[in-house]
Formats: sequence, structure tokens, C-alpha cells
Amino acid sequence: MAGQIFAYIAHKTGKADDSALELATAAGKIYPDAPTTAIVTGAGADLDAVCSEVAQSYKDVWKFDHDALAYPNAEAIRKLLIGILPQDAILLAPHDTFGMDLCPGLSIKLDTVFVPDVVDFEGLEGNTLKVVRQEYSGQVSTHLTGDIANGAVITVRPGVFQPDESGSAGGQVIDKSSEVADLTTGRRFLEIVAAEVGDVDITKEDVLVSVGRGIEDQDNIEIAEELAEAMGAVVSCSRPIVDAKWLEKSRQVGTSGQTVKPKVYLALGISGSFQHLGGLKGNPYIVAVNKNSKAPIFQVADVGIVEDLLDFVPVLTEKIQEGK
Amino acid sequence: MEILVCVKRVPDTAENEIEAASDGSDIERDDLVYSVNEWDNYAVEEAIQIVDKVGGSVTIASVGDEDAEEVVRREMAMGANNGILLTDDAFEGSDGKGIATVLKAAVDKGNYDLIFTGAMADDGAGQVGGMLAAMLDLPYASIVNKIEILDDKKLKVGREIEGGNQEMNEIDLPCVLSIQTGINEPRYVGIRGIRKVASAEIPVWGTSDLGIAADSVGEAGARVKRVDYFVPELGEGAEILEGTTEEMSEKLIELLKAKGGIK
Repeated sequence: MAGQIFAYIAHKTGKADDSALELATAAGKIYPDAPTTAIVTGAGADLDAVCSEVAQSYKDVWKFDHDALAYPNAEAIRKLLIGILPQDAILLAPHDTFGMDLCPGLSIKLDTVFVPDVVDFEGLEGNTLKVVRQEYSGQVSTHLTGDIANGAVITVRPGVFQPDESGSAGGQVIDKSSEVADLTTGRRFLEIVAAEVGDVDITKEDVLVSVGRGIEDQDNIEIAEELAEAMGAVVSCSRPIVDAKWLEKSRQVGTSGQTVKPKVYLALGISGSFQHLGGLKGNPYIVAVNKNSKAPIFQVADVGIVEDLLDFVPVLTEKIQEGK
Repeated sequence: MEILVCVKRVPDTAENEIEAASDGSDIERDDLVYSVNEWDNYAVEEAIQIVDKVGGSVTIASVGDEDAEEVVRREMAMGANNGILLTDDAFEGSDGKGIATVLKAAVDKGNYDLIFTGAMADDGAGQVGGMLAAMLDLPYASIVNKIEILDDKKLKVGREIEGGNQEMNEIDLPCVLSIQTGINEPRYVGIRGIRKVASAEIPVWGTSDLGIAADSVGEAGARVKRVDYFVPELGEGAEILEGTTEEMSEKLIELLKAKGGIK
């Protein structure tokens, strides 16, 4: 039988991240009723609140309280985990900007397989774990297998697994702080620079006209602006538009941008990567316009139009204006 | 500053619809347009800008088949000094660790202060940079969207984290960084630029040049194996509107009005 499962618990200001309870569900998909241990690292009083919160979903909670862990610096936490994880441990972490920082290197140091960004587990046969991943921004899915006899490091896509809210684990918190050894690393955390505030706050808008790569050219942004004006909406965008500096960062919807909760969301030329959809909450009515009928956005949209937005949107705008 | 930038030739997702091949063994490769991985292109631009400021040289390395040479040359045309092509039949079917093993051997043959990869590529794993750093025992920072040279011993780097915030770190040299898109505005490469590097020598290194065992890489060394590509069974998905552009517009306006989307 493969090794014990551990889950790295992300947390902030005394609250566990949503991923904490999702990982408990994910662990149960590897082995049913897996006795999973939560690992909570940090410093100070906030840590105890997080530990008691996750003890409702994990049988054991290992607490590591140390000043060097006050900010989750992946380089330091990797060093900690190398020291404390048993040989054949299976470590789960969220596939977010922290997990991506921590995990690939951890798998090398632990000499185990690395299975990134898992969206589903399809069971364990002997020591062979079968998982589902996506490639090409979600355009195709793939099955992967990995031999986890010597352990594994697995990152799990946030928001995919239902959080384990049974609250029935009745777990115990074990203070392992005395096992923290030297955590000095070649990378030192300095500060967080908060996102810039722009001229509009897209997080407060009910109707968003959002543009992506399909807009093709900076000059075409006005096609979206005209539609937004006709609808009484505001223009937002996906990441490539900000990378190209065509719109301000404050207008970007996604995990690396803003989290929005509109009632209606028009996705124009947006493929619908999980990073983009991760910033879209509150179950809005989604309209997708995309010339690629295979674009993942059509899986989550309520209504789809398979046409080049540059052809479709000007007609739509004109019809709205006529109707007014 | 001696900088190595690791780049990958990938199907261009802006130009192609990617589909699983009918037998599921691969994606449909007919008529695919390939280009340099977008993240890597930003990494090359960043390396060139650093060398323009503080001196040194930029070397491009790519693990791939012989077609990867075209990508190495294109990135050299941006202003990089050297290129290396890491090609061997034994590299085929490598998992992330296999690619990192090949790159590690290439790094060991040089003397680099700074090693860049893109933050991720076509498979979305984002794994090679972190693995390479761990193999080299060097500090690592992922998803970097700002680099400031402090002195010849350390850098200040910004990492893109959730919510559009930026995590600032100080990191010792030498180190490995994975570069995020948007960190700069990559320069355009014209025909003239390509022509200038058309005759540049690009050494080709395989297992024996790199001193790596053939069974530690490629399909033989892969501990993570791809079983197949498939199209997932979806939920209901979107109601796709039919008709002319005018008809679809009218239908959509009705739907939007009902949902409060038109004020």
C-alpha cells in the first residue's frame, strides 16, 4: 500500500483557504477514507484558529509555529517539508501561485513523482495512480499515470473538488513546532505590493463586456467599448489584453486579476482558461462569442455564438442602439 | 551577467484549435502552426534587457527535435548571443523531470548567474523551472513579473500572486526564475533580424555530450506517463444560437433583456 497522505493547508488572517477542505475531498478520491494529515505552518495566534478549523475535516493536524514561517515563503516551507515528511508521503497542495512555487522542486528533493494541476482522480491500482489533467488551456484533457510507491507530490486545481464540509473528522492538533530546524534560504520575503486601483471598479458592476485574445488588435477594443456603452455595461478583459498593455490591470478578470460577481457576463474572444474562470463568481449568466467552437468557454456559458467577435459584435451593438 | 533562457517549441494556441487525435494517442498534429512558448518569449526579452543594462550574454537552450532549432534561432534574432539545441532520440517522451535533467546537464557545461524558464507552457504544468532549481540546488522564484538587479550577488524579484498582488523577494545569485507574461513588451522580430542569425552556429548536444544516461530521460526515465488524450464528457454546455448574424443578435438581445443585461 502506498504512503500516507498529507495536505498543505493554505491560510490567511486566521482562516483556512477554500483549498484546505477541497484537498480533504481530493485525498478521499485517492484512497476512500484516507487518514489524511493536515500540515499547517505559520506564526502566532492566527495559527491556532486555522488548526482548530481544519481539525474538523482532518484526523491529524500537524502544527508548525515558527517566526521563520510567518509568511509562506515556498523556499522555506520546502526545506521544512523535506525534513518532516516520511519517506513515502503523498503530499497534496493547491495548484496556485504558492503550490507552483513549492511543489516541482519538492518532488525532486523527495525523489518522488510530480503530478501537477489534477482535475480528477480515477483511482489507484496497486501503486499506479491515474489522474485527469487538462492541456492547451483546457482545450484537451489527458489521463496520466504515476507510480506512487515511493510517494508523490500532487497539486490539485482549486475549485474543482467539493469542499469536505462534513465537519466530522474530530481531528487532533499535534504541535510539531519543536521539529522546525534551520529554515534559512537564498530567497527572503520582503513585502506584498497591493494591486493598483484603476479608474473603474469591475468588482462592483452587474454587467461586464469582457474581451480576450480574439479582439486581435488594440484598435478593436473600441468595438467592445461601443457595445458596453449601448448595454450600459463596463469593459473588462482576460490576461492577454493586460499583457499587451491594451487595458489596465485593474480591468482583468481572473485569479491573477480581479474576482467579479456580475449578473451578466459577455465573454468576447475569451477561450475560458481556469485561471480566467477562477475570477468569475456568483453564477452569472454567461454569453460566449468565440470563433473556435471547441473553446472551453462554451462548456460553462449559458448561451454561445460561434462567430468571429469582430463580425458579430458591431451588428449586435447596432441592433441594441436601434432598439432604444 | 551570464543568462541562460530555456525555451520550448509549442503549437501556437492563438493560431490553432487543439483537438485529441481520433485514436487518443496524441493531439491532432496535421496543419498545426508552431511557435515559441509565449512565456519563454517574455523570458528572452527580459534577459536581453538585463544584459543591455549590466553587460554579459544571453544563451538560448531548447530541448526538442530538430525543428526546435528554428525557435532557438528566432529567439537569438531578438538579440541573444548564443543558442544550444538539446536533441537526442533518447529525450523523446520525457516527463517534466526528464526535461529538467537534460537542462541541468546543459547548465553544468556553462557558467551562468541566472537561469530563466517560462512560468508554464502548453501542458500548463509549470514544473521545469522549479525542478531544475532543485537539481542545481539553487534558489528559485516562480511566476516572476519584475526583476531589479541589486548588486552582483542578489536581485529583487516580484512574483505574481492571487488577486493581482505582487510578492517582493530578495534572492541570491545564481538562481533560477520562471518568468510570467506581461513582465515586459517583447520586441518584434522581423525578417532582417532572422537573416542576421541565419548562419549562426548552434551546437547540438545529445546524451553523450551532456554526460547523461539515456535511461534517465525520455520514455525510459519517465515516472509520469500519459495514457491518452480525450474529450471529456461535458455537462449541458451552452445553448448555441443559430442563424444569420442579424438573427443571432436579435435572439441574444431578447435573452439579455430578460436577464437584465441591457439597461
